[in-house]
Amino acid sequence: MENPSYNTDIVRSFVTWSLVWGLVAVLVGVIVSFQMINPDLNFGPYLTFGRLRPIHTNAGIYGWGVGTIFATFLYMVQRLCKQPLWSDKLAKFQLWFFNATIIASAVTLLLGYTTSKEYHEMEWPIDIMVVILWVVFAVNIIMTIINRKEEQMYISLWYMMAALIGVAILYLVNAAAVPASLFKSYSAYAGTNDANVHWWFGHNAVAMALTAPPLAMFYYFLPKSTGVPIYSHRLSIIAFWSLIFMYLWTGAHHLLWTPVPDWVQTLAMAFSIMLIAPSWGSVINGYLSMNGQWHQMKENYLVKFLILGITFYGLQTLQGPMQSIRSFSAFIHYTDWVPAHIHMGTMGWVSMISYACIYYLVTRISGRDLYSVPLANLHFWLALVGQLLWTVPLWVAGVLQAGMWNAMNEDGSLTYTFMETMVEMYPFWWARGIAGVIFMIGVLIFIYNIYMTVRKKESAPSTATAEGRA
Amino acid sequence: MLEKKPVLFMLLATAAILVGTIITMAMPFLWVNTDADRIETVTPYTPIQQEGRDIYIREGCNNCHTQTVRPLVAEVLRYGDYSKSGEFVYDRPFLWGSRRTGPDLARLGGKYPDAWHYKHMESPRSMVPQTNMPDYPWLNDTALDPESIRNKMETLGFPYTEEQIKELNGKTEMDAMVAYLQKLGSDIPWRKVAETTIVGDLTNPFPGDASAIAAGKDVYSSNCAACHGDNLEGMIGPALTDMGMEDADLYQVIHSGIPDGGMPGFSNLGSTKLWQLVNFINAEK
Ligand code: HEC
Ligand code: HEC
Ligand code: HEM
Repeated sequence: MENPSYNTDIVRSFVTWSLVWGLVAVLVGVIVSFQMINPDLNFGPYLTFGRLRPIHTNAGIYGWGVGTIFATFLYMVQRLCKQPLWSDKLAKFQLWFFNATIIASAVTLLLGYTTSKEYHEMEWPIDIMVVILWVVFAVNIIMTIINRKEEQMYISLWYMMAALIGVAILYLVNAAAVPASLFKSYSAYAGTNDANVHWWFGHNAVAMALTAPPLAMFYYFLPKSTGVPIYSHRLSIIAFWSLIFMYLWTGAHHLLWTPVPDWVQTLAMAFSIMLIAPSWGSVINGYLSMNGQWHQMKENYLVKFLILGITFYGLQTLQGPMQSIRSFSAFIHYTDWVPAHIHMGTMGWVSMISYACIYYLVTRISGRDLYSVPLANLHFWLALVGQLLWTVPLWVAGVLQAGMWNAMNEDGSLTYTFMETMVEMYPFWWARGIAGVIFMIGVLIFIYNIYMTVRKKESAPSTATAEGRA
Repeated sequence: MLEKKPVLFMLLATAAILVGTIITMAMPFLWVNTDADRIETVTPYTPIQQEGRDIYIREGCNNCHTQTVRPLVAEVLRYGDYSKSGEFVYDRPFLWGSRRTGPDLARLGGKYPDAWHYKHMESPRSMVPQTNMPDYPWLNDTALDPESIRNKMETLGFPYTEEQIKELNGKTEMDAMVAYLQKLGSDIPWRKVAETTIVGDLTNPFPGDASAIAAGKDVYSSNCAACHGDNLEGMIGPALTDMGMEDADLYQVIHSGIPDGGMPGFSNLGSTKLWQLVNFINAEK
């Protein structure tokens, strides 16, 4: 069935580079988590916490996350359209421009050229690079879709197209700025407006980069891995439209109790709660697709990653709406609860799904069995334990600190000084640092396994019909 | 039907995305930063303050510090008056942040004397031993570049005088940082309004009580030692030994502070802790 004219080299290259940047992201994450425990690990001016943390988040989202999106979208689009990529040249350009952009981002952030806006820290010249990159990518995908041989567009293509459009709109609007020099610009919006625009961007970056693409991947790779189709196409379509409609209203749940107008906050709160429905539409669709296939949870390592991934997506989309309620936000906002929420999403949902896709497509492209299934299982457990040891203690820490911040004496004074609450965090931060190391070992094993799979000389051609079964 | 028409599909998806965008992202521009939330006393940053702000951004202080106080009881007690939209009209970008690894800084201006900040920025742990805030000594080493700061003021359209630009000569990045920190949140006269008066008469509830003195020592270490020294020997603030103040006067000073002298008020510690402090300090005579 594989069409030999499909471009698989480009997919392979994007996988390689997303692995590189994924490792960098995790490594810098471990470094900053220990800097929070011991400030002697700051080496100014370049290697301080304030400059390294954005490198961690951006390497994670743009290097690992978007790198994997590039790899999997380019893989899926050719197969779902039964059509080779529209332009191999453009894809090649995209690969090198992607790496140039990531490297330029890392270097400029180290030098302190930053807009300070979370997940959009890169200064305007790099914004321009990102826009070029995204346009090149989008044109290639969309033209391939337009020229497709398969008339029906599978749900994964829907999520892909929505992500292409969504990211473009969000990024352009939030990037608007007036340059003062080559590496310094001032936001086009001021104060409260800037905050509201930014979190409209921030939350929908979650929607368009960390939700829609992994869903596209999930809907494609789950049936591929299990060998049975998705439970309900109709359910996936209803969930799709309600998801992309509702997400855009919710940005201000990051700004509850701030000077942003109350009605914007209230709308954000209401739509966040409504978002449970479309989010769980996909979760339930995933679970029901496993009907009669649950034994594969034991036998098929890919299914483990995919089902645990969608499970954390389900938990994430219950916890998120809860955080969007004013009274709950009053309590946990600004504490370590929120980073724990983020990492259940990034380590539990996005990464788990991405791992499964990469395992699958690498064996598929190379036509070989995975080098070691036991190592893949070990990777699964290290990723799971690493993530849980990160998130669970930090939820506790968040509640603890919130409680201490709010504690009052009978005479109406505060019970604790700020530092008394802050020193309570150190044991939890230790747990997090160790969790990061565990997760990173998992990533190293993953990379080793992939490397050995594509490298080994006397290749035994793939024996399993549906990869992943072992 | 849509399943076969990619262009139509993409147009509809764009429309779906734009509805929420227009209502919750674009429409607030009609209210925010207009006359509706304008505050007369809020002024643009001066050249040195703006440069301090840009250094704050460069160093990523916003990764550990927030700059908005929410209208919640404990938060207002801890940091000061809650933030108003009109206070941020000159903030490009906003710096509200999302995580309080360190305390909120929205109401920092006027809380400490300049000397405290110079020492703290250079080595936070010399004042607060268990903090995880990094040291920023190199800010002392870099001189400001008046011409680039002028260019920034032009870009922002903020008013400035030649005098202000000239004054930048010989100043360091540290000077700019401190100037910025002292401006934070002080454009509205909230400190005056927040001044609490002491009700009831001031009699020491536990004179000479040993346990109160011991408790007072702890309160002192976490709130006062950074300025008055571990053993009351004085540092940024004067020595507190041999002051010979009446209990009630001492209470008054600690409660209300000496705003112009750089001594913060500690009314939010509550009367029990304040009296413990009074007993501790007066026992050290
Ligand atoms: C790793 C997190 C971290 C970073 C980065 C950081 N701080 Fe802090 N900061 C803290 C903590 C924790 C405290 C509370 C203890 C103390 O006073 O050091 C604090 C306290 C402060 C205070 C005193 C606030 C008060 O009300 O007592 C100021 C002012 C301050 N920081 C300014 C800055 C500036 C300016 C930067 C950037 C150059 C910065 N901080 C970077 C963690 C951080
Ligand atoms: C930010 C630094 C700072 C902190 C923290 C601080 N002080 Fe002070 N304090 C000062 C300064 C500066 C003065 C001198 C003010 C003046 O006389 O103008 C002062 C003056 C005083 C005085 C009056 C001394 C005199 O001789 O008139 C007393 C009493 C005092 N402080 C007690 C305290 C206590 C108790 C605490 C802890 C709850 C405390 N201070 C925390 C800076 C500080
Ligand atoms: C229904 C879906 C979701 C809702 C309603 C939601 C809600 C929220 C809320 C309210 C916050 C802010 C918390 C605070 O600062 O007090 C938040 C933060 C965050 N969420 Fe979610 N969430 C959802 C799903 C997800 C998913 C799937 C991810 C994927 C990784 C994710 C990633 C993040 C990130 C990265 C932040 C941090 C933003 C910051 O830096 O402050 N969320 N979410």
